[in-house]
Amino acid sequence: MLDDKESYGPDSDVVVSSRIRLARNFSKYPFPFRMSKEQGLKVLDEARESILNNEKLSNEKFLFVDVNQLDSISKHVLVEKHLISPDLEESQKDSGVIISQDGIISIMINEEDHLRLQCIFKGMNIDKAWNKCNELDNIIGEKVDFAYSNDYGYLTCCPTNVGTGIRASAMLHLPALTMTGYIRSILEACTKLNVAVRGLYGENSEASGNMFQISNQVTLGQSEEEIVSHITRIIDQIIEQERVLRLELHKQNPYKFEDRVCRSFGLLCTARIVSAEEAVKLLSDVRLGANLGIIDDIDVNKVDELMVLIQPANLQKISGSLLNPYERDIKRAELIRKTLKG
Amino acid sequence: MLCQWCQKRPASVHFTQVVNNNKVEMYLCEQCAKEKGQVTFGSPFSISDFLSGIMEFASDNGYRIQSEPRVICEKCGMTYEEFQKSGKLGCGSCYELYHDKLDLLLKRLHGNAVHCGKSPGSKQQGMALTQPKQANEIDGLKELLNKAIQNEEYEKAAEIRDRIKNLEAKQNKPV
Ligand SMILES: [Zn+2]
Ligand SMILES: [Zn+2]
Repeated sequence: MLDDKESYGPDSDVVVSSRIRLARNFSKYPFPFRMSKEQGLKVLDEARESILNNEKLSNEKFLFVDVNQLDSISKHVLVEKHLISPDLEESQKDSGVIISQDGIISIMINEEDHLRLQCIFKGMNIDKAWNKCNELDNIIGEKVDFAYSNDYGYLTCCPTNVGTGIRASAMLHLPALTMTGYIRSILEACTKLNVAVRGLYGENSEASGNMFQISNQVTLGQSEEEIVSHITRIIDQIIEQERVLRLELHKQNPYKFEDRVCRSFGLLCTARIVSAEEAVKLLSDVRLGANLGIIDDIDVNKVDELMVLIQPANLQKISGSLLNPYERDIKRAELIRKTLKG
Repeated sequence: MLCQWCQKRPASVHFTQVVNNNKVEMYLCEQCAKEKGQVTFGSPFSISDFLSGIMEFASDNGYRIQSEPRVICEKCGMTYEEFQKSGKLGCGSCYELYHDKLDLLLKRLHGNAVHCGKSPGSKQQGMALTQPKQANEIDGLKELLNKAIQNEEYEKAAEIRDRIKNLEAKQNKPV
């Protein structure tokens, strides 16, 4: 494999990225859906002031994006990159997002809550994401009075987030568990453990590139550390199972396994028209093959980037023009060929 | 009673699930009960319908007094009916105003109704809640205390014990 291990993050063969999100509200204003226009603008101003002009955050290279001013493609690019939520994309309120240049921090303003602090790292790095997000919360908390009660903790618009306001999640690549059907029992077990698992790009797991988002459901009555360690234990189990199955599948029929991976790679390197659905499916095979050393001259980070860049809005942004679905399929094939060969 | 999940078909199945070591009960229709046993990808239900379903269930059981005077949050103007319908709170004060109803909802959602995570810096200016809330909190804290002792987390146990003592002292004071 190429490059140093560092740039992938730990356990990157299974875990694409780890994320912590904290929901916070200003104590002096109603939650966003009950705010007046003036209050919304004040929240936006005060949030920017306390973050962009915060001396303790001066080494972060932040960029404020006025979401309301963006055209629909640019907005959706941010959704596909998981930097803003679909709710913020559709919001009629005065809202915005502060993004750090390295893409690690994103802070949504006036989504369902006044602030949604988010830190994303590559690989299995939930601890690191929590530490970073916790520090960010402490620093902003020195400037802003957050809505908090001793009994209920941080007060949020939706009671499903109250208490810690934390959502700890990871994006997992689980092709072997999906192929063998064991994913069903994993998902059932997760539901019982109050952990949600969703397919990433749409309902169908094949079309999702075997990518799954796993996240905690309980936010009240447990400390942040308990929540983080609970979900970490579950993810560690899933990683183990996925790895065992990958090796087992390969061992059972190496020719068939390698044939599938190499065909998918070949298709992506040569095809002239590729739909997003097909691309994601083939990229999943390539990611699997690269991690097992079957395809050895490929950077897994590039595969992960492609998963995002081949989505409709990103593709049109890169092309610099609006494209119909057929034109997109052509551009997509071109982008994949260039990236995999480069 | 309607199914608390789909709010469409009549409920016929009593469904229980363990959340945070507490039993959470729901009344579901046969179809939803079947589906809930299985996996749902990006579940199609809306969270606000789901929450208001739980709240209505609470009122069916007599937790809500009938023909109660209209309660309105002074800070954000949210009425109890609006809260029940949307499943969302309008502001921090709503939590204080509706706390007796919220405890039940939060227990169903989280298996617990007492925060035990971080708090903002040193300025602990939380709001004081009334008596029944504190009794619940003490119960919750006692559970946490036992857990901490079992796990040999003595520092944490001492902290929780102090909180219980404070609360009990507050409660014994004449109002
Ligand atoms: Zn139902
Ligand atoms: Zn209110």
